[in-house]
Amino acid sequence: MATKSSRSAARVMLAPAVILLLGWMLVPLTMTLFFSFKKYLPLRGDSLERGLDWVGFANYARFISSSSFWPSVQTTLVMVGCVLAVTVVLGILLALLLDQPFWGRGVVRILVIAPFFVMPTVSALVWKNMFMDPVNGLLAHLWRFFGAEPVSWLSDASLASVIMIVSWQWLPFATLILLTAIQSLDSEQLEAAEMDGAPALGRFAHIILPHLGRAITIVILIQTIFLLSIFAEIFVTTGGAFGTRTLTYLIFQRVVDSQNIGLGSAGGVYAIILANIVAIFLMRIVGKNLDR
Amino acid sequence: MGRIALNGVTKSFGVTEVIPPLDLVIEDGEFTVFVGPSGCGKSTLLRLIAGLEDTTSGRIEIDGVDATGTPPAKRGLAMVFQSYALYPHMSVRRNIAFPLRMAGLDRAEIDRRVTEAASALNLTDHLDRRPGQLSGGQRQRVAIGRAIVREPAAFLFDEPLSNLDAALRVGMRIEISELHGRLATTMIYVTHDQVEAMTMADRIVVLRAGLIEQVGSPLELYREPRNLFVAGFIGSPRMNFIDGASAREHGAATIGVRPEHIEIDPDGPWEGRIGIGEHLGSDTFLRVHDTGLADTLTVRAGGEVGLKTGARARFRPMPDKIHRFDEGGARIG
Ligand SMILES: Nc1ncnc2c1ncn2[C@@H]1O[C@H](COP(=O)(O)OP(=O)(O)OP(=O)(O)O)[C@@H](O)[C@H]1O
Ligand SMILES: [Mg+2]
Repeated sequence: MATKSSRSAARVMLAPAVILLLGWMLVPLTMTLFFSFKKYLPLRGDSLERGLDWVGFANYARFISSSSFWPSVQTTLVMVGCVLAVTVVLGILLALLLDQPFWGRGVVRILVIAPFFVMPTVSALVWKNMFMDPVNGLLAHLWRFFGAEPVSWLSDASLASVIMIVSWQWLPFATLILLTAIQSLDSEQLEAAEMDGAPALGRFAHIILPHLGRAITIVILIQTIFLLSIFAEIFVTTGGAFGTRTLTYLIFQRVVDSQNIGLGSAGGVYAIILANIVAIFLMRIVGKNLDR
Repeated sequence: MGRIALNGVTKSFGVTEVIPPLDLVIEDGEFTVFVGPSGCGKSTLLRLIAGLEDTTSGRIEIDGVDATGTPPAKRGLAMVFQSYALYPHMSVRRNIAFPLRMAGLDRAEIDRRVTEAASALNLTDHLDRRPGQLSGGQRQRVAIGRAIVREPAAFLFDEPLSNLDAALRVGMRIEISELHGRLATTMIYVTHDQVEAMTMADRIVVLRAGLIEQVGSPLELYREPRNLFVAGFIGSPRMNFIDGASAREHGAATIGVRPEHIEIDPDGPWEGRIGIGEHLGSDTFLRVHDTGLADTLTVRAGGEVGLKTGARARFRPMPDKIHRFDEGGARIG
């Protein structure tokens, strides 16, 4: 978008989408803000018709002073960070592999993408019951085959297990984006680097990785948005126990288990703040890749 | 040093043989041009020499050492690609320094060589730009700079000027020729532009479908093309080919006369109607029809010839400039 007229045309054409998105976001956001300043306990008879009591910042104070708050923030960050690391690293390796010509590449590519189409609840159940079950799970059989004591994954290594499940789900997405990026690399650049004496690792570090910078940024930004709100995988596997209670899950427990909508809404506002902090942080680190 | 010898080199992609057995020696310091129509295997041959493709059979020797199985980096050759293949995320400085960094030279030496190459190629002011911020000609020079800092045994160029406009092409052509004069390093240059071939080469290798049709200096090819293909390929505009009775008069199946070797002469043996004239100022190329010899005859006339379209005129080929070819297209005599 170089000229003035093309810029204003772009603005006009973007306007409907921007207005729709704003409305879409603003209504729930306003409601959350509204509830977060109210006492709203439906089981104790509070309801919108009867009017809700204004409690100021009491909900906020209570949510943040709860002993589960900081651990949940920490769990959220650890989970998001680990899943990002695993998916990006494995995604690059898989993309490099799938870019090589080999027999049956088309089928393998489809298979690699398949996990992305499995619903989170289903995949979490499959992992929980078929792989991680300490008695009948495949992993338990594998452990016993080698004479080891089966691990009760979801209670002893709960956070790692959830990270594994979520990574498995998001790996196809990362692989797909990175694969298309690798395919767009001009092969003459690699050949030039080869002639310039760069060994395979050097070509990866100096040519392929910088070329992937933008795709990696996109993968990280998009995944972060979705990973901050992971829910089904935790609900189905550990139910938030054993150190897998993320901020999202904590809010769910406050609203549904304790039936405290005001408190949950305050938590929601904290979640928004956390997401924004993470977003600013990410844009600082990786966002500059997008400007090129 | 940079003597490259190919012995019975072949290359097939699957079942299609792109290069049938081929022998060629490129002497040290020579500027050799591979020329031929599109798809004849010029790039493939160059990539075989570079080591970017494996030979199907045969031997490649560089300075007398068998290099057939040597990886590209170890052959001591530098290549300039048609697309330039610059590294887009690196500055010009880092692009040129890349082969030196990979060779593990120390920083002072790298800086010295990069500065030297940059000033030789007029790039000093652009060292901190990215390739994306350069013009085509500047990118081309960066690619050449990246090749020369390594001080290779030979340079390989694959149609390096085909992305440039005509004026720039002439300029870069001269720059590369001067570079060759200065470095006196072996250069192998691929092009399908016969003007580039004629102006730059010490020796031209004319290829057709992977086969060498003729090897020789530009003037040798111009004066004594070995067959119809070379005769038609070298020289611009193309040589006129005449067969039938007039060819038989000269004892050949086909005779060829270059446009510059036909004179306008009221007593000449050939007659025709003047068609389009291409006026270049210094020369005029006339298309002559209805001669009974060939569809059109191209004739070079002086710059300001007074012949109008539709007029009839008579022509005479210079007797000692007539090329004779037999039925198989090979040169006679
Ligand atoms: N990787 C490949 N696989 C199969 N066939 C190939 C491959 N590379 C080249 N060819 C074939 O080999 C022949 C020679 O190709 P090459 O690129 O050497 O031609 P060229 O002389 O450089 O042509 P141009 O002037 O258009 O660049 C072509 O017919 C091409 O289709
Ligand atoms: Mg080519």
